Amino acid sequence: MAREAVIGLECHIQLATRTKMFCGCPVGFGAEPNSAVCPVCMGLPGALPRVNARAVEAAIVLGLALGCRVRAESVFARKNYFYPDMPKNYQITQYDRPICEGGALGCEVEGEVRTFDLTRIHLEEDAGKSFHPERHGDRRLSRVDFNRAGVPLLELVTEPVFHSPAECAAFLTQLRRLVRWLGISGGDMEKGQLRCDANVSVREVGAATLGTKRELKNLNTIKGVERGVAREIEAQCALLDGGERIVQATLLYDADRDRLEVMRTKEQAHDYRYFPDPDLPVLRLRADALDRARAEAPELPWAREARYREAFGLPAYDAQVLTEDRAVSDYFEACRPGTDAAAAKLASNWVMNELLRVLKERGWGVADWAARVPAERFRDFLARVGARELPGPVAKQVFEWLPDEDGTVPELLERHGIRVSGGEDELRPMVRAVLDENPGPVQQVLEGREATFGFLVGQVMKRSRGQAVPQVVNRLLREELDARKGS
Amino acid sequence: MSTPLWSWSARAVAEGVRAGRVAPEDAVASGFDDVAPGFEPWVNAVVHTDAETRHANARDARRDGPLAGVPVLLKDNLCSTDFPTTCCSRILDGWRSPYDATVVRRLREAGAVVVGKGNMDEFAMGSSTEYGAYGPTRNPFDASRVAGGSSGGPAAAVAYGLVPIALGSDTGGSVRQPGAFCGVYGLKPTYGRLSRYGLVAFGSSLDQVGLFARHAGDLAETYAALAGPDPFDASTRAGAAPDVSAWDSGVRGLRFGWPENLWVEGVEPAIVAALERAASLLERAGAVRVPLHFLPGRYAVATYYLIATAEASSNLARFDGVRYGLREPADDLVGLYTATRGAGFGPEVRRRILLGTYALSAGYHDAYYAKAQRARTRIVREYEAAFASCDLMLMPTTPTAAFRLGEKTEDPLAMYLSDLFTLGANLAGVPGLSVPMGLDAQGLPVGVQLLGAADAEPVLLRAARALEVDGDVSRMARGPEREVAWPAKR
Repeated sequence: MAREAVIGLECHIQLATRTKMFCGCPVGFGAEPNSAVCPVCMGLPGALPRVNARAVEAAIVLGLALGCRVRAESVFARKNYFYPDMPKNYQITQYDRPICEGGALGCEVEGEVRTFDLTRIHLEEDAGKSFHPERHGDRRLSRVDFNRAGVPLLELVTEPVFHSPAECAAFLTQLRRLVRWLGISGGDMEKGQLRCDANVSVREVGAATLGTKRELKNLNTIKGVERGVAREIEAQCALLDGGERIVQATLLYDADRDRLEVMRTKEQAHDYRYFPDPDLPVLRLRADALDRARAEAPELPWAREARYREAFGLPAYDAQVLTEDRAVSDYFEACRPGTDAAAAKLASNWVMNELLRVLKERGWGVADWAARVPAERFRDFLARVGARELPGPVAKQVFEWLPDEDGTVPELLERHGIRVSGGEDELRPMVRAVLDENPGPVQQVLEGREATFGFLVGQVMKRSRGQAVPQVVNRLLREELDARKGS
Repeated sequence: MSTPLWSWSARAVAEGVRAGRVAPEDAVASGFDDVAPGFEPWVNAVVHTDAETRHANARDARRDGPLAGVPVLLKDNLCSTDFPTTCCSRILDGWRSPYDATVVRRLREAGAVVVGKGNMDEFAMGSSTEYGAYGPTRNPFDASRVAGGSSGGPAAAVAYGLVPIALGSDTGGSVRQPGAFCGVYGLKPTYGRLSRYGLVAFGSSLDQVGLFARHAGDLAETYAALAGPDPFDASTRAGAAPDVSAWDSGVRGLRFGWPENLWVEGVEPAIVAALERAASLLERAGAVRVPLHFLPGRYAVATYYLIATAEASSNLARFDGVRYGLREPADDLVGLYTATRGAGFGPEVRRRILLGTYALSAGYHDAYYAKAQRARTRIVREYEAAFASCDLMLMPTTPTAAFRLGEKTEDPLAMYLSDLFTLGANLAGVPGLSVPMGLDAQGLPVGVQLLGAADAEPVLLRAARALEVDGDVSRMARGPEREVAWPAKR
């Protein structure tokens, strides 16, 4: 009989706030162990938590982006269990009244757009990090680094809506893009900024109820999620094929050996004894907090991608690449030398082909580039390229100077002793000279003999020794002739 | 002034220090050198102190604050950097806090001199100061009797004259009850008026730092210096604390509730007599007696012990031997936890952790913890209703005067019931003040309790001042008739 897998994901998003969830300690990666700690995040006697408003804002921003219901009143609760990397031996989290409920995230899976429903998103604190066990002489010791203890997390829980490992991977990829776009998390799974557990069950196709689930932990990469879930589906199918029953359990995925190991079974499950944290009052959002957040909500990457295709007329590939990163996208929009499709395509080409290459070569972010080449400066450069003032090879050369040297494009050219014939400033005197020297043909053109216009173009081209760009010559001639018509 | 410094009020000491007439070092020395030798060996009010630190604190005290140079004893569950903070528990033996509690910081900013840590029931769990790791505190009025608890040490120290004021904590009566037993004022402010940051938590939604003094005016001065919002404690009330500067402005026109039904049985005649005396004093001063029937939640004791123990079971989870305090070596993690907590916690603390864990457990959560929360909501409403018809209520602090050592330690339930009149204020979050009303026929102090609506501290202090008839209670504890053969210190 045919079976289908049913999967739900629990994603932990580490927030890129400056300070921790309930104290003022800095959030950072790679600091000296146990250096970013204080009485609060070490759980010292008498210390009390206080809520990081930036983390709450991040939860609202993500909730609105995903179409969640954001609760005006949510409640922090204590989840009680003993573990050495949990300073208080309880975690402050949210339980029956989380800050966000419902919502959905759409993404493309194998060429088809699918929408995955969410259950909730809630705020909580991270635990420290255990390193164990290590051998010290005849003793085995574990060590704990509490720098991570108290770092803000958003836990996002989906409904059991996935049916394949590929769907899980696509969802996570999309979620990562979103949290980065919103600027609320680095989203780097390798650094633990985005973590994922999967609840996997298998049932007969068409069955009304879910099968018994097993929970997969330690899925540290998107590839790991995909492969771990695939392994687990195979494992459960094999058990069912053998006539066995699935027993509720928590498993660890070992990516190196591509294997699942049982961490604990249902009998060993914790009773977390949740109750509202008496140290923290009900989290009440200010009456205008949601309206303000809605007003300030950024355009989402997929909306912007569509706009680039539809309003800017960019090819699908360009639109996608340019909306991978919000800073790149914002810069691209600011440096377009015009509002038409040609200007968009020109800017797109230079950003995608040249700018992204430089960023990669130099290990820069867009901000590093923009600090040297503000969008206006790049827009001026692109305008000159668009006006064909800079022949191709010269344009590429100027681009290379932009981040390392000050000055306008003409200044750069002059500094490096490059003369570009065909620049408007240089051509206009030639145009005027040709008109002055050929009053007869000028008169003919003014009287409507278009054929003679070609003669004048030829004269200017000749005078520039063939360096001028015909389109520019055409435009300048028209302008100068129009001026004479009126006089 | 010829009276010794130890008998001065806090306000008099501060005034003397501000005027340059009194040295903070002398104020501290008077209590420790002149009085303590006759009491401390058998009262056992202080668990952590040393002359050098006391002296340094006195030397460094600000001479211009409202509490300039005033010696103050802290209950051993208030974090300070200068003395150990152990909650009188083995599990925190020798632990020193790297930070000052907010109230301690504010004390120092006001010029007060922290002189040490006072005895208490382990983690504030008890009503007699017999459950601590450093032995019981005895009542300065009668060595065979308890000082009350859990803040027994600070209460006794104020009573015998070691310090003019002390800080305790009140989760179910732990300031008001020892205040009554030791014949001193004990104020539990409105929940959220004094910061809990740095108060080692027992029942977080009930805990409140409380004050001991021998004079109503000293309570007002100390309250004014400490009360107010604290960004480090999200449960503090927003806005400025109520102004208590009019503590000496009389009680004319105040309506005081008289819930006589509370003491028809089970309350000692001496305490009923003290209530009658207090009522007529208030009436003579112009207050109006409002008889009312008040039975705040027949289930208050049960409600209280479910909520307090549930919160405690979680609050005390952090004492595990991993980061600080006692660590009993073991072969594995669970062994470390069980050995450390088994050896570190005394029987009463273990009992309450077990009760609270049970009350929160899956399958029992709704029947116990959730039901207790609903009952608490009703109790809050009952208090609100009572205060609709009066400005304050007059009622017993305790059903009896100080009981004998060992009398209730074998019967936890009897011990829990001795909090009958006090724990309602903690459930409702309202302020309560125990006022000394002299001694009974056996020479034991009796107290009465004033309760008010949230932020009614100014009203309670005015009434307490109106009842201030017996003068300096420290002299009562020092009378020569008390100098009998005290049992040797444990």
